[in-house]
Amino acid sequence: MIMLQKIGSITEALLIQLGLYATTLGQVSKRILSSPRYPRLILAQAEEVGVQSLPVVLLTALFTGMVLALQGYIVFHRFAAESMIGVVVSLSVVRELGPVLVGLMVAGRVGASFAAELGTMRVSEQIDALWTLSTDPMRYLIMPRVIAAILMMPLLVVVADFIGIYGGYAISVFMLDQNPTVYLEKTTQFMELKDFYSGLVKAGFFGMLIGVIGCSEGFNCKGGAEGVGRATTRAVVISCMSILVSDYFLTAWMFG
Amino acid sequence: MNNSQTPRISIRNVSKRFGEKVILQDVNLDIMPGTSTTVIGMSGTGKSVLIKCVLGLLRPDSGEIFVDGENWLELPEVEHLDRMKRVGMLFQGAALFDSLSVWENVSFALLERGASKAEARERAGEVLEWVGLPHIEDKMPAELSGGMSKRVGLARTICHKPDIVFLDEPTTGLDPIMSDVINRLIVRLHKGSGTTIMSITHDMKSAAMISDNIAMLCHGEMRRQITPDQLGSDQDPMLRQFIEGRAEGPINCSSWGKQIEEAVNR
Repeated sequence: MIMLQKIGSITEALLIQLGLYATTLGQVSKRILSSPRYPRLILAQAEEVGVQSLPVVLLTALFTGMVLALQGYIVFHRFAAESMIGVVVSLSVVRELGPVLVGLMVAGRVGASFAAELGTMRVSEQIDALWTLSTDPMRYLIMPRVIAAILMMPLLVVVADFIGIYGGYAISVFMLDQNPTVYLEKTTQFMELKDFYSGLVKAGFFGMLIGVIGCSEGFNCKGGAEGVGRATTRAVVISCMSILVSDYFLTAWMFG
Repeated sequence: MNNSQTPRISIRNVSKRFGEKVILQDVNLDIMPGTSTTVIGMSGTGKSVLIKCVLGLLRPDSGEIFVDGENWLELPEVEHLDRMKRVGMLFQGAALFDSLSVWENVSFALLERGASKAEARERAGEVLEWVGLPHIEDKMPAELSGGMSKRVGLARTICHKPDIVFLDEPTTGLDPIMSDVINRLIVRLHKGSGTTIMSITHDMKSAAMISDNIAMLCHGEMRRQITPDQLGSDQDPMLRQFIEGRAEGPINCSSWGKQIEEAVNR
């Protein structure tokens, strides 16, 4: 009986949370259709989400490509198929690792920052102050962040794809003495346009998740500094879990 | 709608609960145009909840609130926001936007309504001078002291020339001299422009100085409504205990405030 009660309360909490995110997404979508759209704030957030995330994304992508090439070489060497390293690196990065790893990195950096900023504004009554200054807090604070995350994630993934592939190329060619022409030829030979844009679709979707979850958690946070800390942790954990779960379903939908 | 016979703000049988806790119970209050009304009461007795209900930041469970004869809570969100242009609100902690400079904070409402940067900055300068803080336009909120933040908050509250001003604990946390400065500014605002003011405080000196009417909220109910002249003579035991600041008396201060604060935070 106690077990059933626990399952019930967990399910209830989960549904409430999903409802909160869906409401936020609905409210943001409604507001995108009318002005003011705050292009200046969208640009500022795009800089925060995109430009400021570049170093961490570049480093992650570079080393992911490099480690894939190294692992690929160890396996393919057993079958004398080292020329296939480029295929494995490029397809893994473009279809899967690029969007997912960039998503996880941005969730950690930007999702946390959205939740902490809005949470602090909530507990210090700055969000209430916006309302009393006849400014819609949802439109002013959440909409620019969500739009910026949706727009910048695919751009970050494009950069990550190129850097990841270059990481693999650098290890294969400069360290493992593979033929650069063969590497590039194999890379392009097996890659389809769908591999590339499926990663971008995923990236946009992950951006939406990061924006909506981070902003919802911060916007609805309660209970002072402790509440802000809780909201920030929840934003990161829930964003990361959502990215991994939704990645499976997006892959199944696009390639199934 | 806006003549002196019609209350500017009319609070009718407003009740509000947070979970099991009753915060406001059938509260009634009329605030006439051009008057300054202060709601007094212990910390956690529901004063801030009342002001937030009037502003639409919280929705009462029952009862109605009319501003200029119109129930704002029944309006669509866009129209409600439009009505907020008539309102100014000073928050207890000033609630200045951390990422904006002082002048951008002060003229935020003007910038949002399409004023040019030059116009907005000029008006911000005027209002900052009015609150006794000239030449701080380019500072950031983090660089201000508590008293300065409060005065910048007051400047932001009145910069767009609102008809109704709400003040949440305008002197709390300030030293006596700074409290007096803020009180004098509020009196100047009220007498100078005839602005309708609704404030909440537990600072009796401030209440006596800035108010035409004083209403006491106790245990979520409107206990007493008097003028500042009656503060010394009114014999209501709860009012007397509150004014004299005695721990012993009919107000059970042991658990009420704490219970409400817990309920609100939950």
